[in-house]
Amino acid sequence: MMLEINSRNARQWMRLGSRGVFGQAVLAIAEEHLDLMVVSADLGNSSGLDRFKSTYPDRFLNTGIAEQNMVGVAAGLTKEGFNVFATSFSPFIAMRASEQIRMNLGYMGMNVKAVAIGSGIAMGYLGNSHFGIEDVAVMRSIPNITVVSPADCAEIVKTVSAAAAFKGPMYIRLTGTANNPIVYTEDYHFEIGKAIPLRDGADVAIVTCGTMVAQSLKAAEMLAERGIEASVLNMHTLKPLDTAALDAIASQASAIVTVEEHSVIGGLGSAVAEYMAPKRDKPRHLLIGIKDIFVKTGDYGYMLEREGLVGPAICQKIGGFLGA
Amino acid sequence: MSYPDLEEMALFMRRKILDISHKCGMSTHLGGGLSMVEIMAVLYGRVLRFDPNNPRWEDRDRFILSKGHGVLGYYPALLASGIISEKVFQTFLTNGSDLIAHPVMNLDLGIESSNGSLGQGLSMAIGIALAGRKKGTPYKVYVLLGDGECNEGAVWEAVTLAAHLGLQNLVAVVDYNKLQSDGASRDILRVDNLAERFGVFGWHVHDVDGHDIDALVEAFEHPSANGKPTAIVGNTVKGKGVPFMENDNAWHHARLTKEAYEKAMAAIAGKVPVEA
Repeated sequence: MMLEINSRNARQWMRLGSRGVFGQAVLAIAEEHLDLMVVSADLGNSSGLDRFKSTYPDRFLNTGIAEQNMVGVAAGLTKEGFNVFATSFSPFIAMRASEQIRMNLGYMGMNVKAVAIGSGIAMGYLGNSHFGIEDVAVMRSIPNITVVSPADCAEIVKTVSAAAAFKGPMYIRLTGTANNPIVYTEDYHFEIGKAIPLRDGADVAIVTCGTMVAQSLKAAEMLAERGIEASVLNMHTLKPLDTAALDAIASQASAIVTVEEHSVIGGLGSAVAEYMAPKRDKPRHLLIGIKDIFVKTGDYGYMLEREGLVGPAICQKIGGFLGA
Repeated sequence: MSYPDLEEMALFMRRKILDISHKCGMSTHLGGGLSMVEIMAVLYGRVLRFDPNNPRWEDRDRFILSKGHGVLGYYPALLASGIISEKVFQTFLTNGSDLIAHPVMNLDLGIESSNGSLGQGLSMAIGIALAGRKKGTPYKVYVLLGDGECNEGAVWEAVTLAAHLGLQNLVAVVDYNKLQSDGASRDILRVDNLAERFGVFGWHVHDVDGHDIDALVEAFEHPSANGKPTAIVGNTVKGKGVPFMENDNAWHHARLTKEAYEKAMAAIAGKVPVEA
Protein backbone atom coordinates (compact mmCIF):
# COMPACT_ATOMS: atom_id res chain seq x y z
CA MET A 1 0.00 0.00 0.00
CA MET A 2 1.35 3.37 -1.00
CA LEU A 3 1.76 5.72 1.94
CA GLU A 4 -1.04 8.24 2.37
CA ILE A 5 -0.33 11.83 1.43
CA ASN A 6 -1.71 14.27 3.97
CA SER A 7 -0.35 17.26 5.82
CA ARG A 8 0.60 15.26 8.90
CA ASN A 9 2.61 12.74 6.92
CA ALA A 10 4.09 15.49 4.78
CA ARG A 11 5.46 17.19 7.90
CA GLN A 12 6.85 13.92 9.22
CA TRP A 13 8.47 13.12 5.91
CA MET A 14 9.96 16.58 5.71
CA ARG A 15 11.75 15.94 9.00
CA LEU A 16 12.87 12.52 7.78
CA GLY A 17 14.18 13.79 4.45
CA SER A 18 14.24 12.33 0.98
CA ARG A 19 16.31 9.22 1.53
CA GLY A 20 14.42 8.15 4.64
CA VAL A 21 11.15 8.61 2.78
CA PHE A 22 12.51 6.66 -0.18
CA GLY A 23 13.21 3.77 2.19
CA GLN A 24 9.72 3.99 3.70
CA ALA A 25 8.09 4.19 0.29
CA VAL A 26 9.86 1.08 -0.99
CA LEU A 27 9.01 -0.78 2.21
CA ALA A 28 5.35 0.27 1.91
CA ILE A 29 4.89 -1.23 -1.56
CA ALA A 30 6.95 -4.38 -1.01
CA GLU A 31 3.90 -6.53 -0.25
CA GLU A 32 2.03 -5.58 -3.40
CA HIS A 33 5.13 -6.07 -5.57
CA LEU A 34 6.42 -9.46 -4.55
CA ASP A 35 8.98 -9.40 -7.36
CA LEU A 36 10.55 -6.23 -6.00
CA MET A 37 14.17 -6.29 -4.89
CA VAL A 38 16.51 -3.55 -3.72
CA VAL A 39 20.23 -3.62 -4.37
CA SER A 40 22.78 -1.30 -2.87
CA ALA A 41 26.54 -0.87 -3.06
CA ASP A 42 27.08 -0.71 0.69
CA LEU A 43 24.95 2.37 1.20
CA GLY A 44 21.80 0.61 2.41
CA ASN A 45 21.69 2.32 5.76
CA SER A 46 22.60 5.69 4.24
CA SER A 47 19.80 5.24 1.73
CA GLY A 48 17.06 4.74 4.32
CA LEU A 49 16.89 1.03 3.57
CA ASP A 50 17.69 -0.47 6.99
CA ARG A 51 14.06 -1.39 7.67
CA PHE A 52 13.58 -2.84 4.21
CA LYS A 53 16.72 -4.89 4.74
CA SER A 54 15.62 -6.25 8.11
CA THR A 55 12.02 -6.87 6.99
CA TYR A 56 12.93 -8.51 3.67
CA PRO A 57 16.47 -9.84 3.97
CA ASP A 58 15.95 -12.10 0.95
CA ARG A 59 14.89 -9.19 -1.21
CA PHE A 60 17.82 -6.95 -0.38
CA LEU A 61 21.27 -7.43 -1.87
CA ASN A 62 24.41 -5.58 -0.90
CA THR A 63 26.97 -5.99 -3.66
CA GLY A 64 29.72 -4.36 -1.65
CA ILE A 65 31.28 -1.09 -2.73
CA ALA A 66 31.13 -1.97 -6.39
CA GLU A 67 28.56 0.08 -8.28
CA GLN A 68 29.48 -1.12 -11.76
CA ASN A 69 28.92 -4.71 -10.75
CA MET A 70 25.75 -3.70 -8.89
CA VAL A 71 24.14 -2.37 -12.06
CA GLY A 72 24.99 -5.51 -14.03
CA VAL A 73 23.70 -7.79 -11.27
CA ALA A 74 20.49 -5.73 -11.07
CA ALA A 75 20.07 -6.14 -14.83
CA GLY A 76 20.53 -9.91 -14.59
CA LEU A 77 17.89 -10.09 -11.86
CA THR A 78 15.40 -8.07 -13.90
CA LYS A 79 16.13 -10.19 -16.96
CA GLU A 80 14.73 -13.11 -15.00
CA GLY A 81 11.66 -11.26 -13.84
CA PHE A 82 12.62 -9.36 -10.71
CA ASN A 83 11.69 -5.72 -10.33
CA VAL A 84 14.87 -4.11 -9.07
CA PHE A 85 15.64 -0.76 -7.50
CA ALA A 86 19.42 -0.20 -7.58
CA THR A 87 20.58 2.59 -5.33
CA SER A 88 23.65 4.59 -4.55
CA PHE A 89 24.71 8.18 -4.19
CA SER A 90 24.25 10.10 -7.39
CA PRO A 91 27.77 10.25 -8.88
CA PHE A 92 28.52 6.66 -7.94
CA ILE A 93 25.55 5.25 -9.81
CA ALA A 94 24.93 7.81 -12.56
CA MET A 95 28.54 8.41 -13.47
CA ARG A 96 30.80 5.67 -12.13
CA ALA A 97 28.40 3.05 -13.44
CA SER A 98 27.13 5.10 -16.37
CA GLU A 99 28.45 2.74 -18.98
CA GLN A 100 26.90 -0.23 -17.22
CA ILE A 101 23.65 1.75 -17.19
CA ARG A 102 24.12 2.51 -20.87
CA MET A 103 24.59 -1.16 -21.79
CA ASN A 104 22.10 -2.76 -19.43
CA LEU A 105 19.32 -0.21 -18.98
CA GLY A 106 19.78 1.72 -22.21
CA TYR A 107 20.90 -0.72 -24.89
CA MET A 108 19.19 -3.81 -23.49
CA GLY A 109 16.29 -1.92 -21.92
CA MET A 110 16.50 -3.84 -18.66
CA ASN A 111 13.76 -2.93 -16.21
CA VAL A 112 16.07 -1.54 -13.52
CA LYS A 113 15.16 1.55 -11.52
CA ALA A 114 18.45 3.32 -10.79
CA VAL A 115 17.93 5.53 -7.77
CA ALA A 116 20.32 8.36 -6.95
CA ILE A 117 20.22 9.30 -3.30
CA GLY A 118 21.10 12.87 -2.36
CA SER A 119 21.65 14.22 -5.84
CA GLY A 120 22.23 17.89 -6.53
CA ILE A 121 24.26 19.46 -3.76
CA ALA A 122 22.33 17.99 -0.83
CA MET A 123 25.40 16.19 0.53
CA GLY A 124 26.64 19.49 1.94
CA TYR A 125 30.01 19.27 3.63
CA LEU A 126 30.72 15.89 2.00
CA GLY A 127 31.64 18.02 -0.96
CA ASN A 128 31.67 17.83 -4.71
CA SER A 129 32.89 14.21 -4.73
CA HIS A 130 29.39 13.33 -3.52
CA PHE A 131 27.33 15.86 -5.49
CA GLY A 132 25.19 15.14 -8.51
CA ILE A 133 25.38 18.14 -10.78
CA GLU A 134 25.91 16.33 -14.08
CA ASP A 135 23.79 13.22 -13.56
CA VAL A 136 20.76 14.38 -15.51
CA ALA A 137 22.95 15.31 -18.47
CA VAL A 138 24.48 11.83 -18.53
CA MET A 139 21.31 9.83 -17.89
CA ARG A 140 19.13 11.91 -20.19
CA SER A 141 21.46 11.38 -23.14
CA ILE A 142 21.20 7.57 -22.97
CA PRO A 143 18.38 6.25 -25.18
CA ASN A 144 15.44 4.43 -23.55
CA ILE A 145 15.94 5.78 -20.04
CA THR A 146 13.14 7.64 -18.30
CA VAL A 147 14.41 10.31 -15.93
CA VAL A 148 12.33 11.44 -12.95
CA SER A 149 13.13 14.04 -10.31
CA PRO A 150 10.44 14.29 -7.61
CA ALA A 151 9.66 17.67 -6.06
CA ASP A 152 9.32 16.69 -2.42
CA CYS A 153 8.85 13.72 -0.12
CA ALA A 154 5.22 13.17 -1.12
CA GLU A 155 6.30 13.05 -4.72
CA ILE A 156 9.03 10.55 -3.83
CA VAL A 157 6.27 8.33 -2.48
CA LYS A 158 4.34 8.82 -5.73
CA THR A 159 7.43 8.21 -7.86
CA VAL A 160 8.47 5.01 -6.08
CA SER A 161 4.97 3.61 -6.44
CA ALA A 162 4.73 4.60 -10.11
CA ALA A 163 8.23 3.28 -10.82
CA ALA A 164 7.46 -0.13 -9.34
CA ALA A 165 4.49 -0.42 -11.71
CA PHE A 166 6.43 0.97 -14.68
CA LYS A 167 7.98 -1.47 -17.14
CA GLY A 168 11.27 -0.08 -18.38
CA PRO A 169 14.53 1.43 -17.24
CA MET A 170 14.38 4.56 -15.15
CA TYR A 171 16.71 6.95 -13.39
CA ILE A 172 15.18 8.44 -10.26
CA ARG A 173 16.95 11.50 -8.97
CA LEU A 174 16.33 12.31 -5.31
CA THR A 175 17.29 15.81 -4.31
CA GLY A 176 17.10 17.63 -1.02
CA THR A 177 17.65 16.62 2.53
CA ALA A 178 15.71 16.77 5.78
CA ASN A 179 13.61 19.89 6.31
CA ASN A 180 13.25 20.76 2.67
CA PRO A 181 10.06 22.74 1.97
CA ILE A 182 6.86 20.80 1.38
CA VAL A 183 5.09 21.09 -1.97
CA TYR A 184 2.28 18.57 -1.59
CA THR A 185 0.11 18.13 1.51
CA GLU A 186 -2.75 16.22 -0.11
CA ASP A 187 -3.09 13.43 -2.60
CA TYR A 188 -2.90 14.36 -6.28
CA HIS A 189 -2.67 12.76 -9.68
CA PHE A 190 0.88 11.78 -10.58
CA GLU A 191 1.78 10.22 -13.88
CA ILE A 192 5.27 9.65 -15.27
CA GLY A 193 5.75 11.97 -18.24
CA LYS A 194 2.96 14.37 -17.29
CA ALA A 195 4.08 17.70 -15.89
CA ILE A 196 1.99 19.26 -13.15
CA PRO A 197 0.94 22.93 -13.31
CA LEU A 198 1.13 24.31 -9.77
CA ARG A 199 0.41 27.96 -10.40
CA ASP A 200 -0.99 30.09 -13.22
CA GLY A 201 0.52 33.33 -14.41
CA ALA A 202 0.65 35.03 -17.78
CA ASP A 203 3.90 37.00 -17.62
CA VAL A 204 6.52 34.30 -17.26
CA ALA A 205 6.53 30.51 -17.09
CA ILE A 206 8.80 28.79 -14.59
CA VAL A 207 9.58 25.18 -15.49
CA THR A 208 11.29 23.34 -12.68
CA CYS A 209 11.82 20.04 -10.90
CA GLY A 210 13.13 18.51 -7.69
CA THR A 211 13.86 20.80 -4.77
CA MET A 212 13.59 23.83 -7.02
CA VAL A 213 9.82 23.39 -7.31
CA ALA A 214 9.30 24.76 -3.79
CA GLN A 215 11.85 27.53 -4.36
CA SER A 216 10.19 28.47 -7.64
CA LEU A 217 6.79 28.66 -5.97
CA LYS A 218 8.31 31.01 -3.42
CA ALA A 219 9.89 33.06 -6.19
CA ALA A 220 6.52 33.24 -7.96
CA GLU A 221 4.87 34.59 -4.81
CA MET A 222 7.54 37.25 -4.52
CA LEU A 223 7.20 38.13 -8.17
CA ALA A 224 3.45 38.54 -7.68
CA GLU A 225 4.18 41.13 -5.01
CA ARG A 226 6.06 43.02 -7.70
CA GLY A 227 3.16 42.68 -10.09
CA ILE A 228 4.66 39.90 -12.19
CA GLU A 229 2.48 36.84 -12.66
CA ALA A 230 4.53 33.65 -12.99
CA SER A 231 3.20 30.20 -13.73
CA VAL A 232 5.04 27.24 -12.20
CA LEU A 233 5.22 23.85 -13.88
CA ASN A 234 6.56 20.83 -12.00
CA MET A 235 8.39 18.96 -14.75
CA HIS A 236 9.07 15.94 -12.52
CA THR A 237 9.78 13.79 -15.56
CA LEU A 238 12.77 15.18 -17.44
CA LYS A 239 12.60 12.46 -20.03
CA PRO A 240 10.36 12.00 -21.83
CA LEU A 241 9.61 15.71 -21.57
CA ASP A 242 5.97 16.69 -21.41
CA THR A 243 6.09 18.57 -24.69
CA ALA A 244 2.35 19.24 -24.69
CA ALA A 245 2.79 21.22 -21.48
CA LEU A 246 5.71 23.09 -23.06
CA ASP A 247 3.64 23.82 -26.17
CA ALA A 248 0.94 25.31 -23.98
CA ILE A 249 3.52 27.55 -22.32
CA ALA A 250 5.12 28.55 -25.60
CA SER A 251 1.79 29.72 -26.93
CA GLN A 252 1.05 31.85 -23.86
CA ALA A 253 4.13 33.16 -22.09
CA SER A 254 6.67 35.55 -23.52
CA ALA A 255 9.43 34.18 -21.30
CA ILE A 256 10.41 30.80 -19.90
CA VAL A 257 12.66 30.27 -16.91
CA THR A 258 14.00 26.84 -16.03
CA VAL A 259 15.21 26.30 -12.48
CA GLU A 260 17.12 23.22 -11.39
CA GLU A 261 19.59 21.98 -8.79
CA HIS A 262 21.91 20.72 -11.52
CA SER A 263 24.46 22.17 -13.87
CA VAL A 264 22.97 24.51 -16.44
CA ILE A 265 24.68 22.25 -18.96
CA GLY A 266 22.63 19.23 -19.94
CA GLY A 267 19.83 19.30 -17.40
CA LEU A 268 16.21 20.45 -17.45
CA GLY A 269 17.11 23.82 -18.97
CA SER A 270 18.93 22.13 -21.81
CA ALA A 271 16.09 19.69 -22.36
CA VAL A 272 13.57 22.53 -22.61
CA ALA A 273 15.88 24.55 -24.86
CA GLU A 274 16.41 21.56 -27.15
CA TYR A 275 12.67 21.23 -27.57
CA MET A 276 12.01 24.93 -28.02
CA ALA A 277 14.95 25.73 -30.31
CA PRO A 278 13.28 25.03 -33.68
CA LYS A 279 10.06 26.86 -32.85
CA ARG A 280 9.21 30.20 -34.43
CA ASP A 281 8.42 33.13 -32.16
CA LYS A 282 9.49 31.18 -29.12
CA PRO A 283 9.63 32.74 -25.68
CA ARG A 284 12.99 33.92 -24.40
CA HIS A 285 14.55 31.44 -22.03
CA LEU A 286 16.55 32.02 -18.84
CA LEU A 287 18.39 29.00 -17.45
CA ILE A 288 18.87 29.02 -13.69
CA GLY A 289 20.96 26.27 -12.17
CA ILE A 290 24.47 25.57 -11.01
CA LYS A 291 26.92 27.37 -13.24
CA ASP A 292 29.64 25.32 -14.84
CA ILE A 293 31.62 25.03 -11.60
CA PHE A 294 32.31 22.83 -8.61
CA VAL A 295 30.61 24.82 -5.93
CA LYS A 296 32.32 26.15 -2.83
CA THR A 297 31.25 23.71 -0.14
CA GLY A 298 29.36 24.45 3.03
CA ASP A 299 26.07 23.33 4.48
CA TYR A 300 23.25 22.73 2.03
CA GLY A 301 21.44 25.97 2.82
CA TYR A 302 24.62 28.00 2.49
CA MET A 303 25.34 26.53 -0.92
CA LEU A 304 21.80 27.02 -2.22
CA GLU A 305 21.99 30.69 -1.17
CA ARG A 306 25.44 31.10 -2.67
CA GLU A 307 24.38 29.57 -5.98
CA GLY A 308 21.21 31.65 -6.09
CA LEU A 309 18.95 28.61 -5.86
CA VAL A 310 16.50 30.04 -3.32
CA GLY A 311 13.21 31.85 -3.81
CA PRO A 312 14.45 35.44 -3.38
CA ALA A 313 17.46 34.98 -5.67
CA ILE A 314 15.32 33.26 -8.30
CA CYS A 315 12.79 36.11 -8.06
CA GLN A 316 15.55 38.64 -8.50
CA LYS A 317 17.04 36.89 -11.52
CA ILE A 318 13.65 36.59 -13.18
CA GLY A 319 12.89 40.24 -12.45
CA GLY A 320 16.16 41.23 -14.07
CA PHE A 321 15.56 38.99 -17.05
CA LEU A 322 12.14 40.52 -17.64
CA GLY A 323 13.59 44.01 -17.22
CA ALA A 324 11.20 44.72 -14.37
CA MET B 1 36.80 -41.00 -23.74
CA SER B 2 36.76 -39.24 -27.05
CA TYR B 3 34.11 -37.06 -28.59
CA PRO B 4 34.27 -37.30 -32.38
CA ASP B 5 30.98 -35.38 -32.68
CA LEU B 6 32.50 -32.45 -30.81
CA GLU B 7 35.70 -32.60 -32.84
CA GLU B 8 33.51 -32.59 -35.93
CA MET B 9 31.55 -29.63 -34.61
CA ALA B 10 34.73 -27.69 -33.88
CA LEU B 11 35.94 -28.32 -37.39
CA PHE B 12 32.59 -27.24 -38.82
CA MET B 13 32.77 -24.06 -36.73
CA ARG B 14 36.26 -23.23 -37.94
CA ARG B 15 35.17 -23.62 -41.54
CA LYS B 16 32.20 -21.38 -40.90
CA ILE B 17 34.40 -18.80 -39.20
CA LEU B 18 36.70 -18.61 -42.19
CA ASP B 19 33.81 -18.64 -44.67
CA ILE B 20 31.88 -15.85 -43.08
CA SER B 21 34.90 -13.79 -42.23
CA HIS B 22 36.06 -13.93 -45.84
CA LYS B 23 32.57 -13.40 -47.24
CA CYS B 24 31.89 -10.26 -45.23
CA GLY B 25 35.02 -8.67 -46.67
CA MET B 26 35.74 -6.73 -43.51
CA SER B 27 38.14 -6.98 -40.64
CA THR B 28 36.83 -9.39 -38.03
CA HIS B 29 38.09 -10.69 -34.69
CA LEU B 30 39.55 -13.90 -36.10
CA GLY B 31 42.20 -14.71 -33.52
CA GLY B 32 39.93 -14.65 -30.47
CA GLY B 33 37.12 -16.33 -32.39
CA LEU B 34 39.33 -19.27 -33.31
CA SER B 35 40.78 -19.64 -29.82
CA MET B 36 37.35 -20.25 -28.27
CA VAL B 37 36.09 -22.86 -30.74
CA GLU B 38 36.55 -26.00 -28.63
CA ILE B 39 35.09 -24.30 -25.57
CA MET B 40 32.00 -23.32 -27.56
CA ALA B 41 31.72 -26.72 -29.24
CA VAL B 42 31.73 -28.45 -25.88
CA LEU B 43 29.23 -25.96 -24.45
CA TYR B 44 26.76 -26.04 -27.34
CA GLY B 45 27.44 -29.61 -28.39
CA ARG B 46 27.20 -31.22 -24.99
CA VAL B 47 26.92 -29.09 -21.88
CA LEU B 48 24.20 -26.47 -22.35
CA ARG B 49 20.57 -27.49 -22.04
CA PHE B 50 18.47 -25.72 -24.63
CA ASP B 51 15.69 -26.35 -27.13
CA PRO B 52 16.63 -25.11 -30.60
CA ASN B 53 12.93 -24.92 -31.45
CA ASN B 54 12.16 -22.86 -28.37
CA PRO B 55 15.10 -20.61 -27.53
CA ARG B 56 12.98 -18.90 -24.85
CA TRP B 57 12.45 -22.14 -22.89
CA GLU B 58 12.31 -20.99 -19.27
CA ASP B 59 14.61 -23.71 -17.92
CA ARG B 60 17.29 -23.33 -20.61
CA ASP B 61 20.84 -22.82 -19.47
CA ARG B 62 21.94 -19.25 -20.05
CA PHE B 63 25.10 -18.40 -21.95
CA ILE B 64 26.62 -14.91 -21.91
CA LEU B 65 29.45 -13.99 -24.26
CA SER B 66 31.17 -11.46 -22.05
CA LYS B 67 34.07 -11.21 -24.51
CA GLY B 68 31.59 -9.79 -26.97
CA HIS B 69 34.08 -9.45 -29.80
CA GLY B 70 34.17 -13.27 -29.90
CA VAL B 71 31.11 -13.52 -32.16
CA LEU B 72 33.04 -15.51 -34.78
CA GLY B 73 33.25 -18.31 -32.25
CA TYR B 74 29.65 -17.79 -31.14
CA TYR B 75 27.38 -17.52 -34.17
CA PRO B 76 28.78 -20.74 -35.73
CA ALA B 77 27.95 -22.53 -32.45
CA LEU B 78 24.38 -21.21 -32.65
CA LEU B 79 24.27 -22.38 -36.26
CA ALA B 80 25.72 -25.81 -35.51
CA SER B 81 23.18 -26.38 -32.76
CA GLY B 82 20.21 -25.38 -34.90
CA ILE B 83 19.30 -22.25 -32.96
CA ILE B 84 19.94 -19.95 -35.91
CA SER B 85 19.48 -20.84 -39.56
CA GLU B 86 22.11 -20.76 -42.29
CA LYS B 87 20.11 -17.92 -43.82
CA VAL B 88 20.38 -15.83 -40.67
CA PHE B 89 24.05 -16.78 -40.28
CA GLN B 90 24.80 -15.54 -43.77
CA THR B 91 23.56 -12.05 -42.86
CA PHE B 92 26.66 -11.53 -40.67
CA LEU B 93 27.90 -7.95 -40.98
CA THR B 94 25.38 -6.93 -43.61
CA ASN B 95 23.26 -3.82 -43.26
CA GLY B 96 20.38 -4.28 -40.85
CA SER B 97 21.54 -7.75 -39.72
CA ASP B 98 20.92 -9.09 -36.22
CA LEU B 99 24.40 -10.59 -36.31
CA ILE B 100 26.95 -7.84 -36.04
CA ALA B 101 30.46 -7.67 -34.64
CA HIS B 102 29.23 -7.87 -31.03
CA PRO B 103 26.19 -9.75 -29.74
CA VAL B 104 22.88 -7.91 -29.68
CA MET B 105 20.37 -9.40 -27.26
CA ASN B 106 17.83 -11.44 -29.22
CA LEU B 107 16.24 -14.34 -27.38
CA ASP B 108 14.72 -15.74 -30.55
CA LEU B 109 18.24 -16.17 -31.91
CA GLY B 110 19.46 -17.57 -28.61
CA ILE B 111 21.45 -14.45 -27.77
CA GLU B 112 20.89 -13.66 -24.11
CA SER B 113 22.55 -10.29 -23.86
CA SER B 114 24.17 -7.41 -25.67
CA ASN B 115 27.89 -7.24 -25.15
CA GLY B 116 30.95 -5.61 -26.62
CA SER B 117 31.86 -3.44 -23.69
CA LEU B 118 34.28 -5.68 -21.82
CA GLY B 119 33.95 -6.57 -18.19
CA GLN B 120 30.17 -6.56 -17.91
CA GLY B 121 28.94 -10.06 -18.72
CA LEU B 122 29.86 -11.72 -15.45
CA SER B 123 27.87 -9.13 -13.49
CA MET B 124 24.72 -9.86 -15.46
CA ALA B 125 25.40 -13.58 -15.18
CA ILE B 126 25.48 -13.21 -11.39
CA GLY B 127 22.07 -11.52 -11.45
CA ILE B 128 20.67 -14.29 -13.64
CA ALA B 129 22.18 -17.02 -11.45
CA LEU B 130 20.89 -15.39 -8.28
CA ALA B 131 17.43 -15.03 -9.82
CA GLY B 132 17.47 -18.71 -10.78
CA ARG B 133 18.36 -19.70 -7.24
CA LYS B 134 15.66 -17.46 -5.77
CA LYS B 135 13.01 -18.78 -8.16
CA GLY B 136 14.16 -22.37 -7.81
CA THR B 137 14.61 -22.63 -11.59
CA PRO B 138 17.16 -25.33 -12.37
CA TYR B 139 19.11 -23.56 -15.11
CA LYS B 140 22.85 -22.93 -14.94
CA VAL B 141 24.56 -19.79 -16.15
CA TYR B 142 27.69 -19.96 -18.30
CA VAL B 143 29.74 -16.93 -19.19
CA LEU B 144 32.79 -16.73 -21.42
CA LEU B 145 35.41 -14.11 -20.68
CA GLY B 146 38.65 -13.26 -22.39
CA ASP B 147 41.88 -13.02 -20.44
CA GLY B 148 42.43 -9.51 -21.79
CA GLU B 149 38.95 -8.69 -20.58
CA CYS B 150 40.06 -9.67 -17.08
CA ASN B 151 42.10 -6.42 -17.07
CA GLU B 152 38.78 -4.73 -16.29
CA GLY B 153 38.38 -4.04 -12.59
CA ALA B 154 34.66 -4.69 -12.66
CA VAL B 155 35.36 -8.33 -13.52
CA TRP B 156 36.95 -8.71 -10.10
CA GLU B 157 34.06 -6.96 -8.37
CA ALA B 158 31.91 -9.67 -9.92
CA VAL B 159 34.33 -12.52 -9.18
CA THR B 160 34.31 -11.46 -5.53
CA LEU B 161 30.53 -11.20 -5.30
CA ALA B 162 29.87 -14.54 -7.02
CA ALA B 163 32.01 -16.30 -4.42
CA HIS B 164 30.41 -14.33 -1.59
CA LEU B 165 26.94 -15.36 -2.78
CA GLY B 166 28.02 -18.98 -3.26
CA LEU B 167 26.57 -19.20 -6.76
CA GLN B 168 27.06 -22.86 -7.50
CA ASN B 169 24.89 -22.51 -10.62
CA LEU B 170 27.41 -20.15 -12.20
CA VAL B 171 30.29 -21.24 -14.44
CA ALA B 172 32.78 -18.74 -15.83
CA VAL B 173 35.07 -19.86 -18.61
CA VAL B 174 38.14 -17.87 -19.55
CA ASP B 175 39.53 -18.10 -23.06
CA TYR B 176 43.11 -17.64 -21.87
CA ASN B 177 44.89 -17.00 -25.16
CA LYS B 178 47.47 -14.63 -23.65
CA LEU B 179 47.20 -12.02 -26.38
CA GLN B 180 45.13 -8.88 -26.45
CA SER B 181 44.55 -6.00 -28.82
CA ASP B 182 47.95 -4.35 -28.44
CA GLY B 183 50.04 -7.45 -28.05
CA ALA B 184 51.13 -10.05 -25.54
CA SER B 185 49.30 -9.85 -22.23
CA ARG B 186 52.54 -10.41 -20.32
CA ASP B 187 53.85 -7.14 -21.81
CA ILE B 188 50.64 -5.16 -21.35
CA LEU B 189 49.26 -6.16 -17.98
CA ARG B 190 50.89 -9.26 -16.73
CA VAL B 191 48.60 -11.92 -15.30
CA ASP B 192 50.34 -15.27 -15.38
CA ASN B 193 48.32 -17.05 -12.73
CA LEU B 194 44.71 -16.59 -13.75
CA ALA B 195 43.56 -19.95 -12.40
CA GLU B 196 45.26 -19.29 -9.09
CA ARG B 197 43.57 -15.90 -8.88
CA PHE B 198 40.10 -17.37 -9.30
CA GLY B 199 41.05 -19.91 -6.66
CA VAL B 200 42.07 -17.37 -4.06
CA PHE B 201 38.90 -15.41 -4.80
CA GLY B 202 36.99 -18.48 -3.61
CA TRP B 203 36.08 -20.23 -6.84
CA HIS B 204 36.23 -23.91 -7.73
CA VAL B 205 38.80 -23.94 -10.52
CA HIS B 206 39.73 -26.13 -13.46
CA ASP B 207 42.91 -25.19 -15.29
CA VAL B 208 42.81 -27.02 -18.61
CA ASP B 209 44.00 -27.05 -22.20
CA GLY B 210 41.20 -25.08 -23.82
CA HIS B 211 41.56 -27.00 -27.07
CA ASP B 212 41.47 -30.44 -25.45
CA ILE B 213 37.87 -31.50 -25.81
CA ASP B 214 38.23 -34.40 -23.38
CA ALA B 215 39.68 -32.12 -20.76
CA LEU B 216 36.99 -29.50 -21.31
CA VAL B 217 34.20 -32.07 -21.03
CA GLU B 218 35.79 -33.41 -17.88
CA ALA B 219 35.94 -29.91 -16.40
CA PHE B 220 32.37 -28.97 -17.32
CA GLU B 221 31.12 -32.27 -15.94
CA HIS B 222 32.84 -31.70 -12.63
CA PRO B 223 31.63 -28.29 -11.51
CA SER B 224 31.67 -27.15 -7.93
CA ALA B 225 29.65 -29.27 -5.54
CA ASN B 226 30.37 -27.26 -2.42
CA GLY B 227 28.59 -23.96 -3.00
CA LYS B 228 31.33 -22.24 -4.93
CA PRO B 229 31.04 -20.82 -8.43
CA THR B 230 33.14 -22.67 -10.99
CA ALA B 231 35.88 -21.19 -13.14
CA ILE B 232 37.26 -23.07 -16.10
CA VAL B 233 40.46 -21.48 -17.28
CA GLY B 234 40.99 -22.75 -20.80
CA ASN B 235 44.57 -22.25 -21.91
CA THR B 236 44.22 -21.51 -25.58
CA VAL B 237 46.12 -20.35 -28.63
CA LYS B 238 44.93 -17.27 -30.40
CA GLY B 239 44.14 -18.10 -34.02
CA LYS B 240 44.05 -21.83 -33.18
CA GLY B 241 43.65 -24.22 -36.08
CA VAL B 242 45.07 -22.02 -38.79
CA PRO B 243 48.84 -22.40 -38.52
CA PHE B 244 49.78 -19.02 -39.93
CA MET B 245 47.35 -17.28 -37.59
CA GLU B 246 48.35 -19.07 -34.40
CA ASN B 247 49.89 -16.71 -31.87
CA ASP B 248 50.17 -14.01 -34.53
CA ASN B 249 48.35 -11.02 -33.16
CA ALA B 250 48.10 -9.47 -36.61
CA TRP B 251 44.98 -11.67 -36.78
CA HIS B 252 43.39 -10.11 -33.70
CA HIS B 253 41.18 -8.05 -35.99
CA ALA B 254 41.98 -8.44 -39.65
CA ARG B 255 40.50 -8.88 -43.09
CA LEU B 256 40.72 -12.33 -44.60
CA THR B 257 41.78 -11.86 -48.22
CA LYS B 258 40.90 -14.49 -50.83
CA GLU B 259 44.45 -15.77 -50.81
CA ALA B 260 44.62 -16.04 -47.04
CA TYR B 261 41.18 -17.61 -46.94
CA GLU B 262 42.16 -20.33 -49.37
CA LYS B 263 45.37 -21.02 -47.52
CA ALA B 264 43.50 -21.19 -44.22
CA MET B 265 40.80 -23.50 -45.59
CA ALA B 266 43.45 -25.81 -47.02
CA ALA B 267 45.12 -25.99 -43.62
CA ILE B 268 41.81 -26.74 -41.93
CA ALA B 269 40.90 -29.39 -44.51
CA GLY B 270 43.90 -31.40 -43.48
CA LYS B 271 42.48 -31.84 -40.02
CA VAL B 272 40.58 -35.07 -39.81
CA PRO B 273 38.30 -35.52 -36.81
CA VAL B 274 39.50 -38.06 -34.30
CA GLU B 275 37.78 -41.40 -34.76
CA ALA B 276 35.73 -42.83 -31.93
